[in-house]
Amino acid sequence: MSVSNNNLDYVELDASGLSCPLPVLKTRKAVRQLASGELLRVRATDHGSAKDIESFCNQTGNDLVSSKEEAGTYEFVIRIR
Amino acid sequence: MNMADMPTEGPELDKLNEWFEKKFEEEMKKKEAAHTPSMAIIATRGTLDWAYPPFILGSTGAALGWDVKIFFTFYGLLMLQKKMNLKVSPLGNPAMPMKMPMGPEWLQKMNMPMPNVIPSIMPGFETTATALMKKTFKNKGVATIEELRELSLEADVEFIACQMTVDVFGFEHSDFIDEVSYAGAASFLPVAQKADVTLFT
Repeated sequence: MSVSNNNLDYVELDASGLSCPLPVLKTRKAVRQLASGELLRVRATDHGSAKDIESFCNQTGNDLVSSKEEAGTYEFVIRIR
Repeated sequence: MNMADMPTEGPELDKLNEWFEKKFEEEMKKKEAAHTPSMAIIATRGTLDWAYPPFILGSTGAALGWDVKIFFTFYGLLMLQKKMNLKVSPLGNPAMPMKMPMGPEWLQKMNMPMPNVIPSIMPGFETTATALMKKTFKNKGVATIEELRELSLEADVEFIACQMTVDVFGFEHSDFIDEVSYAGAASFLPVAQKADVTLFT
């Protein structure tokens, strides 16, 4: 579970294989390490995460830029507030 | 404006009402935005399965930016021990749907309701059930209780132990992790009164 920069200017967080509440907890941790305006891309396979990450963003005031699912893998892009 | 000068009827009053409604809504929105939600949880159970709800909800609440306090009382105190050794008992848990976490697929898909008569006559059954649950949770990517407790602390969840039950069960403060503070019912209730969310687990 490493948070690493790639050349797309996203910070990546892979929470695949983890169940509730870990994807949200790891997302919070990553968000706290980032500066305002930075983008975090989270991958998860937990089916609850689509609603949970959206709720996390609503509650914490971070901007959920996109949320999509493909073949059981969810991908969220969050802009840090 | 003086109270005596306030309009009591006509278009002036309508205007004033309109202004007030708008202002009130704005102020309420500001207040809501500035308010940090809070949650008070009571944790009373000491088995591996029931240790999950307070730690999951506590750590998640903190991740949402809430102010979270968990009060541990009775068997919930076991969740504060330095070295936790929580077990799950199928006894009195007749609804527990257990599946085999290993072996061939057909076996893993089979439902095996836990018989209640076996654990009471078979020593070590509880240990087996605990091992099976741990293995199943691990396979499903669920955090361990130790992990969730650590994540809760990291997210500034406050742990408070009920001193009365600490005494009743003969625990010492040194049995528990350092982050715990100690208090009683009179400390919990005012916290619960102000909390947005209160849960009994």
